[in-house]
Amino acid sequence: MGTPLLELRGINLGFAGNTVLDNVDFTVGRGVIASLIGPNGAGKTSLFNCITGFYRPQSGSIKVDGHELMNLKPHKVTQAGIARTFQNVRLFQQMSVLENVMSGSHCHSKAGSIEAILGLPGQRREEAMIRAHAIECLEFVDIAEEVDRDATNLAYGHQRRVEIARALATRPKLLLLDEPAAGLNAGEKQGLLDLIGRIRDELDISVLLIEHDTGMVMKISEHINVLDHGIMIAEGAPKEIQANPKVIEAYLGQDDGENLL
Amino acid sequence: MAQTRSNAFNNIIAQFNEPWKRYIAFAVIIALLLMAPISLGPYATVILTNALLYVVLALGLNVAVGYAGLLDLGYAAFFAVGAYTVGILTNTFGLNFWLTLPIAVGAAAVAGIIIGTPTLQLRSDYLAIVTLGFGEIVRFSARNLDITGGASGISGIEQPWLFGWHINTPFEFYYVFLLLAIIAVVVSVRLQHSRLGRAWLYVRHDEDAAEAMGIDTVRIKLAAYVIGAIFGSVAGVFFAVNLGAISPESFSFQQSVLILMAVILGGMGKIPGVILGAFIVVLAPELLRDLGEYRLLLFAVGLLLVMLFRPNGIWSVKGK
Ligand SMILES: Nc1ncnc2c1ncn2[C@@H]1O[C@H](COP(=O)(O)OP(=O)(O)OP(=O)(O)O)[C@@H](O)[C@H]1O
Ligand SMILES: [Mg+2]
Repeated sequence: MGTPLLELRGINLGFAGNTVLDNVDFTVGRGVIASLIGPNGAGKTSLFNCITGFYRPQSGSIKVDGHELMNLKPHKVTQAGIARTFQNVRLFQQMSVLENVMSGSHCHSKAGSIEAILGLPGQRREEAMIRAHAIECLEFVDIAEEVDRDATNLAYGHQRRVEIARALATRPKLLLLDEPAAGLNAGEKQGLLDLIGRIRDELDISVLLIEHDTGMVMKISEHINVLDHGIMIAEGAPKEIQANPKVIEAYLGQDDGENLL
Repeated sequence: MAQTRSNAFNNIIAQFNEPWKRYIAFAVIIALLLMAPISLGPYATVILTNALLYVVLALGLNVAVGYAGLLDLGYAAFFAVGAYTVGILTNTFGLNFWLTLPIAVGAAAVAGIIIGTPTLQLRSDYLAIVTLGFGEIVRFSARNLDITGGASGISGIEQPWLFGWHINTPFEFYYVFLLLAIIAVVVSVRLQHSRLGRAWLYVRHDEDAAEAMGIDTVRIKLAAYVIGAIFGSVAGVFFAVNLGAISPESFSFQQSVLILMAVILGGMGKIPGVILGAFIVVLAPELLRDLGEYRLLLFAVGLLLVMLFRPNGIWSVKGK
């Protein structure tokens, strides 16, 4: 196996004296679907933000494929092969679905101002490739018929899919999904489960998701990490997590605790 | 009432969403502009030349402000860089005009990179302050240095020769500026529909999401700022040879504001809107000349009405 795909060591993050992540160790293996769970405010999104370069941890190390990511800007992290979605869908407003997904090809293309102004054949070819790749990604998430619509006018579930297509367009090794099922109905959740499975199986992309729907987490994950108050309290296979007393305690009093048990 | 009128206006604008109608409109406008000097006479020609100069300036500023969302309050500084580069190099150093053109472009690019690189790393509000300061520094230097001719500026700038043709009458300059404006439009359109143009929109709409898509947002913003600077500098070069004389007062903060007004008035990021805005800021004061002191008041009221009823600019129609 060699090195894991993603490896975090001793991550400490705090804001103005409040500890948000406390010496967190965390790994994601190759070719897995893994989940990060924990009560509200546990620090899950903050951990994603550390991995993707939006937050600067005070100390620790973050490696993807053995390359250090600490202190890299977000775009460098994406170029290193980690793509993400946001907890609150963040599509580009007043732009079509296609244009939104085309953004993912930016780091795999290079035409600059001169090429654009002159409209050279190389630039035209590249534009056609960006477009074709975006359409491929939209077909993969099954909303290709909506390419020309304003992205932010789509139904919520479809917006989530556009966001996933946009992340896929960056050709990642690892896809981070922050609560992708939030706000979806039961049917859409099943569709999402299938999509996540296909992303791993057909595109060979590892997936790490933050999710509150514990039923879904147990169904799809091969590996689960549990974060509580910034501390990684447990990790393991779904069965182990369900039986872990620390996890049960962390979830006591939480609405979703009952689902877990 | 205001609503229905606004809708009627939207319908007129929406007409131009169809490509072939746009091409016809474009051809008609070009034909009218080509014939304008012949039918309107010398005075109107000079005014229209000025309007075309503002089209170039406003389209340049639009790259930074409209496309990338960078508030530049000192754009006249780049206009000055172009004008003074040609003034100094042809007058003091006897350089051929056409050689000064690439140097002016290079100087604007270097100035843009020097100002933009550190500033664009910071939150975008800082850019407004820094560019405001830069504008004042450039004007202050022009006013106080010997090489720029101090407060009286540089005069006797020779008009260019092109293959034995001396470009020196107001009519000839009108066509030079018409050509520049057309080039500026074509370049703007090309940029807008490119990978870079999309990246500017991504950055303007959501900088974090753009970063998450692997876009180096600082670099993309710098590109917009520098391209805008180059437009301004080229406009300055031709402004200087057209008038034959330049002085610091042409590059004041009011100048920057006027260009910015053209961009915002017409509709940021929309090429027809920006062109319309440029014509309005030049022609409105001229048309209102008979009103004497009241014309500025009326102009201001007109601006307020636009801001109230069409906050996204006159040319604001939903769509691309
Ligand atoms: N930029 C920030 N500045 C200050 N505090 C922050 C910041 N980001 C996160 N926090 C704090 O860190 C803690 C963890 O927040 P985070 O959003 O990571 O939780 P979460 O596990 O994603 O919660 P949820 O399930 O509600 O999304 C919270 O107490 C939050 O207030
Ligand atoms: Mg969260």
